[in-house]
Order: sequence, then C-alpha cells, then structure tokens
Amino acid sequence: MSKKAKRKQKKSRRDALKTLVKSSLLLFVPLDVPNDPKLAEELKENLGGYDPTKHLWGMGIQIERCIGCGRCAWACKTENKVPKEPFFFRTWVERYIVHRDGEITVDSPEGGIHGFQPITTERHILRSFFVPKLCNHCENPPCVQVCPVGATFRTPDGVILVDEEYCIGCRYCIQACPYGARYLHPEKRVADKCTFCYHRIVKGLAPACVEVCPTQARIFGDLKGRASPLVRFMRMNKINVLKPYLNTEPKVYYANLDMAVK
Amino acid sequence: MHELYAILREITGYIYPNEVELHWGILIVVYPYITGLVAGAFILASLVKVFNVKEVQPTYRLSLLTALAFLIVAPMPLLAHLGHPERAYEIFLTPNRKSAMAMFGFVYAWYLMAVLLLEIWFDYRGDLIRLSQKEHGLKKWLHRIILLFSTDTSEESLKFDKKAVKFITVLGIPSAFLLHGYVGFIFGSVKANPWWSSVLMPIVFLFSAIVSGIALLLLIYMVTTLMRWKPIDMKCLDKLASFLFYMMIIDFSLEALDFLHRIYESEESIKILSQLVSSKLFVSLVVIQLLLGMILPLVALAATKLFPIPDELRRHIYFISALLVEVGIFTTRWNVVIGGQLFSKSFRGLTAYKMTLLGIEGLLMAIVLLLLPFLILYLLTLIFPPWPEAYETPAEAEATT
Ligand code: SF4
Ligand code: SF4
Repeated sequence: MSKKAKRKQKKSRRDALKTLVKSSLLLFVPLDVPNDPKLAEELKENLGGYDPTKHLWGMGIQIERCIGCGRCAWACKTENKVPKEPFFFRTWVERYIVHRDGEITVDSPEGGIHGFQPITTERHILRSFFVPKLCNHCENPPCVQVCPVGATFRTPDGVILVDEEYCIGCRYCIQACPYGARYLHPEKRVADKCTFCYHRIVKGLAPACVEVCPTQARIFGDLKGRASPLVRFMRMNKINVLKPYLNTEPKVYYANLDMAVK
Repeated sequence: MHELYAILREITGYIYPNEVELHWGILIVVYPYITGLVAGAFILASLVKVFNVKEVQPTYRLSLLTALAFLIVAPMPLLAHLGHPERAYEIFLTPNRKSAMAMFGFVYAWYLMAVLLLEIWFDYRGDLIRLSQKEHGLKKWLHRIILLFSTDTSEESLKFDKKAVKFITVLGIPSAFLLHGYVGFIFGSVKANPWWSSVLMPIVFLFSAIVSGIALLLLIYMVTTLMRWKPIDMKCLDKLASFLFYMMIIDFSLEALDFLHRIYESEESIKILSQLVSSKLFVSLVVIQLLLGMILPLVALAATKLFPIPDELRRHIYFISALLVEVGIFTTRWNVVIGGQLFSKSFRGLTAYKMTLLGIEGLLMAIVLLLLPFLILYLLTLIFPPWPEAYETPAEAEATT
C-alpha cells in the first residue's frame, strides 16, 4: 500500500493545480465517482494479478452461533498489529442482556478479547446474546464522504481503506462513522479501522477473525460470486444491518439481529 | 495512555470501546469560537458601510482589524490538533470535493484575500498616504510597501476607494455568512451524531457568531477608548448594545426552537441526550450558557432600554453583559463540540472529557490561542491606526484638546 500511496502523492502534486481549479469551480456540484478506474488499474498492478473489479466483499454474522470467546478480536489485534490497549479495536464483541423489566445492559470488557464473565445477576433475564462488531464497509460510507483529503477511500471491490501515508489525522471520519468502527492509531497518528484483512483477501485467504472463529459465526465472501458461502448465507437467513435508517448501506449482514442492538 | 484508563472509571452505561478516546478537544472548541468572532466583527463593520448605521462608525475600523486579527489565528487550533500537521497542505492539493472540511482552505483564503485584506486596504489607502508623507524611516517604508507605492490622493481616487469598500462589504456579508455558516455545517451534517445533526446548526452558529462579535467589539471599544483617555461615545455604545440585544433575541429564539423541536420529535436519541443535559452538561449548558450567558444579560440589556439609567451605570451594565455573553458563547461552542462527544453513538452511555493542561492540545495552548489575536490586534493598530487622532496634524490635535 505504501508504494501506491507514494505514487499517488507524486501524482497528486502534478494534478494539484488542475484539481484546485476544478474543485473551486465544482464546489457545489455533487459528483459521484463510485469506481475510480485509475485506482482499479493501480491495485491490479500492485496486487499481482488480483482483479478488484471482479469482487465485492462482504461479511455475514450468525448471531446465535457466537459464543463470546473473543478470539476474533484477539486474532485481529495480532494480525493487524492493532495497539494492545483496550481503546483501539478493528473488531470487538458485545454482550446484550435483556431483562424481564425491559432494561437492556450491554458490555464489552476489553472488547471481549478475554471472553466474558458469567452473568451473576439475580434479576430475571429474558434473553442474552453476543454480537461481533466491525467496520461495515458501507456502500454509502459517511467516513469517505467527510475525509477532507481523500485518505479514506473505497476500493473497487467494496472495501473501505485508509491510506496511512496520506491521512492528516483530522479525525472527521471518526466523528462521521455511526458505528464507532474507527480509532486514531496512537503511534501513527492516523485513522485506523478494519480492512477486511485486505492483505489476506487479495491472496485468496479469509480475514483473520473469520479464520479463527471456532463456531463459524462469521462468514466472509464475495457478493458477486454466485455460489459463495456469503450468498448462500444470505439466501438462507433473514438479514438485517446496523442502523439501516442512516442509509449507510452496510456490507456486514447480521442474521437474526435483535432490535436491542445499535 | 493512562488518562484513557482514568476515563474508563467515569463511563456510565455502555459506550463503544473506540469511543473512550474523545477526539475533538478544547482546540476544536476554540476554532469555531474564533471564526465566529471574525464573522461577527465583520458583520458589525458592514452595518456602518452597507446599512449606514452612523452611530457605530467609531467601531468600524476596529471591527475590521479585530476580524483580521482573529482570522489570522483561526487556522492555528485546527493545525495544532491534526495528527499530521505537516500534511495539512494536502487539503489544498487534493481536496475531496464531497467533504465539508476540505472547503476550509478555500473559504478561508477567499475571506482573507478577497474580503478582509482588500477592504482594509481600500479603506485605509487615503489616510495611510497622508500619514506616510509625514513619517520617516522604517515606518514610512512599511506604509509605502503596504500601500503598494500608491500615492494618488485625488478626489476621484478617494471616491473610488469608497465605492470599492462598499462593494467589498456587500460581497463580504455573504462571505462572512459562508465562513461561519460553513463551520456550523461541518457539525450539522454529521448524521451519525444526533446532537450535531440539525439543519439549524449553521444558522444558530451564525447568529451566535454575530452576538459574540458585537459583544467583543463593545468590550474592545470601551477598553481602547479608556486607554486613550478619550470620552466614550454613548450613542455608539447604546447602538451597539441594542444590536447586541436584538441579535441575542434571534439567537435565543433559534436555540429555543431547536430545543423544542428535539423534545417534540422525541427521536431515538432523546433519552441519552436528556441524560447528557441533566448530568454532564448541566453546569456548562443550563447554568453558564443559558442563565449567565443569555438570560441574565438579556434582562440587563432590556432594563437599559426600559428604564432611564444614568450613563455611568449603563456603561457598567453593558460591559458586564458583554463579558457574560462572551463567556456564554464560548460555552455554547463547548457544549456543541465536547457535548456532542460525551454520549455514545450506541445511545447507551455517557463518557467524560479530561482536558490536559499542557501539551499541544491542552488548556494552556487554548488560552494562548485565545490571547494571541489581541496581541495581533495591538500590532495591527500600530500599522493601521484606527483612531482619528492618528491622522490629525499637531495643530488640529491642539484644537480638539
Ligand atoms: S462502518 Fe464506519 S468506518 Fe466502516 S465504512 Fe461505515 S462509516 Fe466508514
Ligand atoms: S483522520 Fe485521516 S482518514 Fe479520517 S477524515 Fe481525517 S484525513 Fe481522512
């Protein structure tokens, strides 16, 4: 990614004037460039034959399968060198407890990395379940919209990435993400978040969290592929996404999502 | 990192783990406060030129210089809070056209170059030429360079200056609206955050900006006049105070409307927001912003309109009211910026903000950034004297004293 970023930077200087003029003219004209063909070419060159235009990645989550062991969150931190402190997560697990009186308590101690303490309350519990969370790789991502320099971008295969050599650390994207999926990397001073393990998926591997889940609660796959496990999952289940009313169009799909989950 | 562990103890309910760190701190409170003062001061100046409010003429040049002084400082808190300030220029090189924040550079440059500097230049040109003719050495050269060596003081050229000033002011009013309304839009357009997301946000920002600008000029006018041992022009002061009063009423109504609207619509977020207001924001929102910063000065200003109050006392009332208003508007910015980050986007919990004292994003830095414009203003008044006595010949000065 770093080579790409550097080239992008050089290109950026060359195009600077052009952009400056264009952008001041087009200040108020909303233009949509969902698939930048140049970016697709660049990625193809850099990723050794992987063609991003042929895929559209998403994730399915089977809530009733999740046992709250937190191994996904742990694997993610290890795989992606996410700072170990409990304030920085690319993925985490929440536990919901719905009490008889309607009260809902939620916890996620250290992101659920070490699992959860048994429930000890005397109160009557209606239901309880675990929900893994991560960046939803929204099709209509507010984080991409607000980034002033375009450091947060959408790849042609639908993954939302942050170019860490480009990000100025303004944190507008962190404010704009409705799901708390982003954090500021304390050493790099740039925004960071789940990449669907982009470095793995371009090699045909599954993201680390999917790989380690002992119950296969997470299903990763290609929304363009006909017979992919993800498409099968979406055929077999009633699907919901988080905060659908915000029109972010997430690509992380939950089966049997409870209304308590926000 | 240990301050984040300290925050863990103050969390009530559930917040997303990534929300423990609060991202926009005191510097981002200072930023809209400062741009608000710029816009407000400029609007006051335009009252004189466009709407011909003769009474506030004594504050005209002061307003322009104040706007400039604060505008120079405005980008500093933004820059200081970036994770990578050295990359800030990317905002100019590769702006993302869809990002509200990316427009900052353009709006700022436009306002500084096309509006403020030009207006000051045309307004001062004639006077500075006369001044530079009497001066020697460094000061003379400085003025001549600023004047771009223009020496034409003919009737026509002075007339042209006047026209230019008027034209720029007319252009400047929407620009000032843009400058600050746009800051409101940065917050108002974040749909993820119900405390911010409101179409009224830019308008509320704008009117509170005008309020803060007028109050600031009232204070600066009083202090500088006293420092020069000149009598305060009560007509000017009364006019300033009554503009302040009317603008406050508009501002108050808008904020009340926003408040009512939220309560009446009672959306998903209402529970957590009312928790926020009644606990973490109670002092800064209800006590300081509303009671001390709005209602008290409103009542005091209304009293000066209703009852015949002697000049001396009226001056005190104005002064204290304006001070309270400044504190009030600052906490308004605080309540928007910090308040908007004290509740979780899961709507299930509240968190805390621990301001550091030192460090680039600390309290001291904020204080420095708030005082710096006054230093710049002082320097500006040396180069562009805003007071009539600077342009009088010794004989004239003799006659007036
Ligand atoms: S979940 Fe948040 S970070 Fe991920 S794409 Fe959506 S808005 Fe962006
Ligand atoms: S923090 Fe970085 S990625 Fe996020 S909006 Fe700012 S520049 Fe873009």
